[in-house]
Amino acid sequence: MTALRILSCGPGVTVQDGGRHGYLRYGVTVAGPMDALAHAVANRAVGNWEDSAALEVSLGGIELTAEDGPLTIALAGGTFQTTLDDQPLPAAGVATLEPGAKLRLRAGAAGMWCYLAVAGDLDLPTVLGSRATHARTGMGGLDGRMLQAGDRIAVSPPGRVAADGGAIVAPLLDRPADIVRVLPGPQRDYFAEDQVAAFLAGPWRISSRGDRMACFLEGPVLRHAGGFNIPSDGVAMGAIQVPGEGQPIVLMADRQSTGGYPKIATVIAADLGRLAQARPGTEIAFRAVSHGEAVRALAEQRAFLAAPIAIEPLRRDRFSSEFLLGRNLVGGWIDARRPG
Amino acid sequence: MSDMVAAGPVFLDAGESALVVEFGRSVDPALSDRVLALDAALAAAPPEGLRELVPTYRSLMIHYDPLRLDRARLVGLVEERLGAASADLRPGALWTIPCCYALPHGEDLAEMAALLGMPPERAADLHATARYRVYMYGFSPGFTYLGGLPEPLAISRRARPRPPHDSKVVLVGGGLSAIASFAMPTGWYVVGRTPERLYAPERASAFLFEPGDSLRFEAIDPATFAALEARAEAGEVVARRMPA
Repeated sequence: MTALRILSCGPGVTVQDGGRHGYLRYGVTVAGPMDALAHAVANRAVGNWEDSAALEVSLGGIELTAEDGPLTIALAGGTFQTTLDDQPLPAAGVATLEPGAKLRLRAGAAGMWCYLAVAGDLDLPTVLGSRATHARTGMGGLDGRMLQAGDRIAVSPPGRVAADGGAIVAPLLDRPADIVRVLPGPQRDYFAEDQVAAFLAGPWRISSRGDRMACFLEGPVLRHAGGFNIPSDGVAMGAIQVPGEGQPIVLMADRQSTGGYPKIATVIAADLGRLAQARPGTEIAFRAVSHGEAVRALAEQRAFLAAPIAIEPLRRDRFSSEFLLGRNLVGGWIDARRPG
Repeated sequence: MSDMVAAGPVFLDAGESALVVEFGRSVDPALSDRVLALDAALAAAPPEGLRELVPTYRSLMIHYDPLRLDRARLVGLVEERLGAASADLRPGALWTIPCCYALPHGEDLAEMAALLGMPPERAADLHATARYRVYMYGFSPGFTYLGGLPEPLAISRRARPRPPHDSKVVLVGGGLSAIASFAMPTGWYVVGRTPERLYAPERASAFLFEPGDSLRFEAIDPATFAALEARAEAGEVVARRMPA
């Protein structure tokens, strides 16, 4: 059976689909991709459902090949250094992986996560309706754990896309993380006005302590108006909780279903991927937006995903370094899409 | 209590895709009843675009797709159902859960009892004779928060978490009891262990209790624990469910 074979793998690479939904009320974490937009783009580029299971590749990188037949793959997300049999590929693109050919992803110029989608279904069991890996509880993916060298994932049936491959045209994926939009609350009133202002002013530096569960921020110390212990209530992805020591923590894909610290604000859905892709040391500021603005930003992303993913054909001889550098760094696109 | 019931809930946004309907800010069975009544009313006829309902002690988090379900419409719908909601509150089931308080299972029982100034047997008796309310799940799959802990057992959680405990442990801390399905470090005291699986993904009902159910513990000895655990691992439900 046609399969992906992992030849080498850094830590933190997992299988993620759209997430394990419907069981939050029983304490089950949703998991799913850190950058849902990039995950969806990679899947759509190979003709999958946007919430199909794909590989979420961390900065640790991965090296893999196809066995018993060719596989069509797509990459999207951070600007990783990607090669196919030592030939550079665009950071976001579609290619055919022939049996024995070696696809290699390594940390590149920017970004934390790169999604590797395979045309077809990854042949893995579902747990509570999902293949998303939640390593902390050993649920989903391949044996509930991160991938490692030697792993084999069958693809049944493998899909093919007509095109020979090429670069994915997805300007929405070029997202600088300098400004992250938030909706205040749900516990904004646990903070005095000057503390909310301090939170919005920042600046915040992304700590190296982060993982799939949370993004830790370093900056001004925020004070609570009253206590900081509240009876647990629900936790949405992007919730920014402020524990006793006053340094905010943004709860991400592997967050717990409920939590007991006041949440000063929540990152809007359209900017979750932007934050997830920001590396430790990145300086960010938050900007408060209205509910309507958050919904419009989400609608823009949905409209982008609803249209066919544009794939620009490439010939091998066009892979000059100038071209590759240009792919994800077209200045006009970045400025035009900057929130503000 | 009548004041609390009269006051309407507060609507709080947790991002554009989740709405918190907050009935209060304390742990209180009356608040929990209102949360669960709204939960039941919305679950009985979920509007298009509603994704998940997460009841907690004092609030209901509604996860929704704001492109399919407008926020104002959702708020209107919640207000409309609040009026009729108490009629939807089903009586919770009553469960009896076997629990072994003896060593090696109740590994923190003696420590906790010493801190509370009572013999371990007394602490175990107090814990086993109380009737608990399942307030909510959270933290990890099948982690059940239980109200109704007898006052003499009210003890703060540890200042520093202890090393990881076993799976399926019964906990006490912060004025509550709890059951944890997964092994992990905790600030709670491990007073016993149940052979029942509160999370069994291959079972028809992966989770046994619904928020609002009641339960009590039945003390068992280590030999009974071993026998029941073998049956539970084979797929049997060893907790007993009684009509309310």
